[in-house]
Amino acid sequence: MNAPARPRVRLATTSLAGCFGCHMSLLDIDERLFALLDRVEFDRTPLTDIKACGPCDIGLVEGGASNAENVEVLREFRRQCRILIALGACAVNGGLPAQRNHLDLEDCLTQVYLTGPGMQNGRIPDDPELPLVLDKVYPLHEIVRVDYFIPGCPPSADAIWAFLTQLLAGQEPVLGHGLIAYD
Amino acid sequence: MTDTFLLDDQTVPFTPGQTVMQAALAAGHHIPHLCYHPEFHPHGSCKLCTVKVNGRNATGCTVPAQTGLKVENDIEELRTLRQALVQMLFAEGNHFCPSCEISGNCQLQALGYDLGVMSAGFRHFFPRRPVDASHPDILLDFNRCILCELCVRASREVDGKDVFAFSGRGIHKHLIVNAATGRLADTQATAGDKAMHVCPVGAILHKRVGFAVPIGERRYDKTPISAQALAFAPRPAVGEGGEA
Repeated sequence: MNAPARPRVRLATTSLAGCFGCHMSLLDIDERLFALLDRVEFDRTPLTDIKACGPCDIGLVEGGASNAENVEVLREFRRQCRILIALGACAVNGGLPAQRNHLDLEDCLTQVYLTGPGMQNGRIPDDPELPLVLDKVYPLHEIVRVDYFIPGCPPSADAIWAFLTQLLAGQEPVLGHGLIAYD
Repeated sequence: MTDTFLLDDQTVPFTPGQTVMQAALAAGHHIPHLCYHPEFHPHGSCKLCTVKVNGRNATGCTVPAQTGLKVENDIEELRTLRQALVQMLFAEGNHFCPSCEISGNCQLQALGYDLGVMSAGFRHFFPRRPVDASHPDILLDFNRCILCELCVRASREVDGKDVFAFSGRGIHKHLIVNAATGRLADTQATAGDKAMHVCPVGAILHKRVGFAVPIGERRYDKTPISAQALAFAPRPAVGEGGEA
């Protein structure tokens, strides 16, 4: 008789102010994806195209929070995920998008949409459907409680794999030399 | 009989006049540090080298080695303290490793890796600190300065030029250069100065050589900083252009 199937862990992922590089790195675990799929089932993630996050065990969030929609999605993940993981440099400390943080937001928008080259008839986008841009790009832990951080731009596939397998095995994840990277 | 003290229950020999840091490094034991440099007098400001000496916290780079001392270094309590110090340095400046050409050779980054610092921990300041690219051979990126004062000391003690100094106090403390214009190009600084070769982070960069050694093949990419203690063992000052 077959042993009862081990219940699978529910995993959600999203990219906020990120470049999807961390998701590409997740896919870079290559054939280990099959082993991962034995243990997890995906909820909201770009891989399933599910739009709203249900109750999950683990949430992986790439990117920092640059606009109001990012904050809304982040709070949804925090609400629904037992364990929330900041994945990659942007989620951990704002990363590349946060390089605008020492600039004035209005100056940024003016230069990009009004005074930049070829912007003679420009206009700062103000459609009500567009999420409002925040004054700064915020690392995730400055908005919600974050349980774990995986730094790196992006974290390597090996780092993501090592982290997730330890976590799924019920261990406190530790990344040693060569797996922990800030660049 | 050789003078010795105990470092994490291991016997470390020393010669009179050495600090705990100097003796430990010479014996191959790493004590994390940022403002210590093997060719300079100790500064004791970064506090990364905080150890327990006979049960009391002290900076390992300034405590003289003495026979019979019991020094604790690699313990959880100090590891937690050092992690917080590294996190504060990251939060206080703008340390964006993915765009930094010193990445892989940076002592701050290497210590972060070695101590297992996975998160920023604190709210980031995101301070506004314009770079100074005025000099033909040197780029000053104040975003990454951790105030170790090594360039100040090197310029004063080795180069005899006093190119660098600190201004302001507390959170306003910052690195300045010795020119009325505030521009490095208007100082006596040259690329061969000792001061241009001691920065432990990416605040003082040499132009046009940033990626001569590719990312992934750099000093701390291959070996963790804690396994490179002997490279930081005390040595005589080598004058111009020595390795950091």
